[in-house]
Amino acid sequence: MSNAKKNDAKKFAVVNHSVPRADGVAKVTGTATYASDITLERMAWAKLLRSPFAHAKIRSVDVSEARRQPGVIDVLTGNELGPLHPYYGHAVKDHPLLAIGKVRFVGEPVAAVIGEDELSAQEALDKIKVDYEELTPVLDVKAALAPGAVLVHGTDYLGGAFRGFDDFTDFPGSTKNICQDVHVEWGDVDAAFASAAHIVEGEFYFPMVYAYAMEPYVAVADYDPNGQLTVYSSAQHPFMVRHDLAEVFDLPLNSVRVIVPYVGGGYGSKSYTKIEPLTAACSWKVSRPVKLQLNVEEAFLTTRSDDARVYIRTAVDRKGKLVAKQATIHLNTGAYAENSPMVCRKAANRIVGPYRFPNVKVDCLAIYTNTVPASSYRGLGAAQITFPVESQMDELALKIGCDPQEFRLRNLAHSGESIHPGLRPIDADVPGDIRIAAEALRSNGALAPKHGRSVCCSCSDAGAHPVTLAMVQVYADGSVSVLSGSPAIGQGSHTVLAQIAAEEMGVPLEKVKVFGTDTAVMLFERSTGASRTTTLMGRAVMEACREAIAQCKSMAAEVLSVPANEFTEERGGIRHGKDWLSWPEIMERYFQMEGCSIIGRAYLRRAGPFKSVPIFWEIGVVGTEIALDEETGKISLDTLVTVGDVGLAIHPAMTESQDLGAATMGLGIGLFEELIYDGQQLMNGTMLEYRVPRFSDLARRVELKLVQNQDGVGPYGAKGGGEGSVNPIGACLANALYQAAGVRIRSLPLTPERVWKALQEKKAQPPVTQKKSAAAPKPRARRRPARKARAPERRA
Amino acid sequence: MKIAFELNGKPTSLEIEPRETLAEVLRARCRLTGVKLSCESQVCGTCTVLVDNIPVSACTYLAYEIRDKHVTTIEGLAGGGRLHPLQQAFLDNFAFQCGFCTPGMILAAKSLLDENASASDEEIIAYMNGNLCRCTGYLGILKAIRQAASGFQTHMNQKKRTGE
Repeated sequence: MSNAKKNDAKKFAVVNHSVPRADGVAKVTGTATYASDITLERMAWAKLLRSPFAHAKIRSVDVSEARRQPGVIDVLTGNELGPLHPYYGHAVKDHPLLAIGKVRFVGEPVAAVIGEDELSAQEALDKIKVDYEELTPVLDVKAALAPGAVLVHGTDYLGGAFRGFDDFTDFPGSTKNICQDVHVEWGDVDAAFASAAHIVEGEFYFPMVYAYAMEPYVAVADYDPNGQLTVYSSAQHPFMVRHDLAEVFDLPLNSVRVIVPYVGGGYGSKSYTKIEPLTAACSWKVSRPVKLQLNVEEAFLTTRSDDARVYIRTAVDRKGKLVAKQATIHLNTGAYAENSPMVCRKAANRIVGPYRFPNVKVDCLAIYTNTVPASSYRGLGAAQITFPVESQMDELALKIGCDPQEFRLRNLAHSGESIHPGLRPIDADVPGDIRIAAEALRSNGALAPKHGRSVCCSCSDAGAHPVTLAMVQVYADGSVSVLSGSPAIGQGSHTVLAQIAAEEMGVPLEKVKVFGTDTAVMLFERSTGASRTTTLMGRAVMEACREAIAQCKSMAAEVLSVPANEFTEERGGIRHGKDWLSWPEIMERYFQMEGCSIIGRAYLRRAGPFKSVPIFWEIGVVGTEIALDEETGKISLDTLVTVGDVGLAIHPAMTESQDLGAATMGLGIGLFEELIYDGQQLMNGTMLEYRVPRFSDLARRVELKLVQNQDGVGPYGAKGGGEGSVNPIGACLANALYQAAGVRIRSLPLTPERVWKALQEKKAQPPVTQKKSAAAPKPRARRRPARKARAPERRA
Repeated sequence: MKIAFELNGKPTSLEIEPRETLAEVLRARCRLTGVKLSCESQVCGTCTVLVDNIPVSACTYLAYEIRDKHVTTIEGLAGGGRLHPLQQAFLDNFAFQCGFCTPGMILAAKSLLDENASASDEEIIAYMNGNLCRCTGYLGILKAIRQAASGFQTHMNQKKRTGE
């Protein structure tokens, strides 16, 4: 696949065309069903009482009065979870369904009231009496790492589903506040810094942000005491949820059924297990189906991104070639590990970027604090570290008097080159992508005053662990259904997978259906994230179709009584002499019966084309031109360019839309999104106070470019996309701001207040004479003494 | 209390609690789950429905306010087996991904175009600024509304030409 030529693209019948979305009509007519629309017979409603303290012992919980309230069926507390295995977590099993003995963040669920209706359950929450004994909270990473720090957990935990994989192990929480510690090193960093010509170093801060999937978390659980648990959920990873539910309730996998209808946005925030075990425990408690629908304020208290303090230094030699990078990353993981151990792993890998570095040393810690648990967020660690990496690339370029774009091109790895020892070589044309973005920006003409431009990039080891199983059912009337365990979270997978099946089976697209995920029917798919679905599930569907075709050919050999080598495969069937037989005709003649169907299947694992990891490198290349209002410090986006280096866009229009969507999320973090804690309390956890991008934030000019070199391991050379563009935006904006106004800001978001203050500080300072313009030639090599790395400190 | 109103063109009467919001009544009592709830504080526009052709946030609009009024939800937009031009334009321009904001987005846009069939980009952006979308980055939605606007115009011009 990977060596297919570019001009093969035009021979595709269905893929590489922007066909109508499979979910389109349902979504524009309001008939698309989401988990929040599910109602079951005899269904009760759960509401949660949440902790008012960041860190406290629970002395007692008195629910007697709440239980007596009209409409209340029962109340569940952490004390009553004894018969269950009440801790879950795929990385570290540290997360209780409800607080047990202790609360670890403001907003942690302490009790669930189950009522006949939502209102009865809600009103009874006030009647629950909890006696807390406040403990000293650990509110930031500095406090968490201080000698003698109070421990958020103070208990040892088992590793979760991924124990033994991806560096995840049992976790000694009884001794420290660190839930994952990743170290990446090659070469000799100390020697390289000692002999480097130029070094830049600095500390950066990437804020705590909230994904705001517009559909808040929801689950409907039906626990049948005879040993069957069915859960409808808004989850991105239904098979991971199934695993955790099976463990909590000690059920075999075939007795836990997780059904995921359409999902109202995820962006990583709905990855892994959230409220499903708690909802199921409520159903277990009352022997009735129970729905738990969080509101957005509660979703703010469920998952956020890891905020990151990054100390980073980078060195070049006399010729302007990168020689060394050293970084220390401190992730504020909050009260429970969730997927932060993976964020930690990925941030450490991804901080290298798409550059050639002979010497690298990275230390990354995921640190427990008494704040809302952090987990996956689009980009998974890459957004956090691309801001410092790409800010520093500009700083370094300016320091040596080189154009930032030229400096990047000089140091970028080319396709086929290795950037990480032992990992797959780069399977993308990053220099070409950078040139495309830069060219698009240049076409804006001469730079206007108070405008700035920047092109930045990121490089992510994407796809997650490659285990993807799929089936296609081919019917004797020529229709096909795809049974994929990857939910439709908006990314368009139902359309893309249908296109692939139609392409392979040679049937019209309208004849292919892709169903919503049901773990009782679909085969295992590890997850829906890390931009993996087109690459892995797409490839699995392609191979499953080919397996079905192989079966049809065997049937054809039998019904025609000729060896299979006497006929040839021709789109949608076989040709034997003058006769052409379609797959349906072959099946009907074979079974001598109408209405039959056959199953083609594929099991992808870490073998063959997926032996080398990552399964692909996801490249983010973004160009921005900003306009700065110096009076107010307000930055507005004039031009946005995204470049999607996706191998082959199975659906070009949706691929572009993913790139723009990701870039827009990045714009939010770059300009205004930040969760703010004041002491123990999250201060802006409502949509009245948390500002996400709106219509009016749309750039004046938007260019969405696709690069299709068919250089991926996915179907037809495709690779994933949809996360890359979120990563470079912060640095793009900061670099463009530097070009526009000469101020360097190392904390996001670039709010008007922060920018205005930086502008005032610059005005107050005497002009700096040694700064030269980017165009100044002849970088003078100067030997600088290497400085010892230090741990990040809180910025004033 | 009992209320009577017109729902998607059909006379309807219902027994409701005075405290119920329009979104609760439409979703739970009328089973019109195309009405979606997100922020529940009039910020995101997801729950937008039309009351006498004016967009309202059903999350906070009390249901008793619809007495004797016309309510339009996304389910009432397509007629006679044909999609509304805005629905078609949203499909043509891939103006959604997860689709959660789409019903509210389409209804708000309908209200805009009913009021101003030839809305400019600036007018579209200003009018639609109260409807959030987290997936698309808005460009597809802008293009869809533009397409429907020009479609409305063609339609209006044809009407003028044929003297309707």
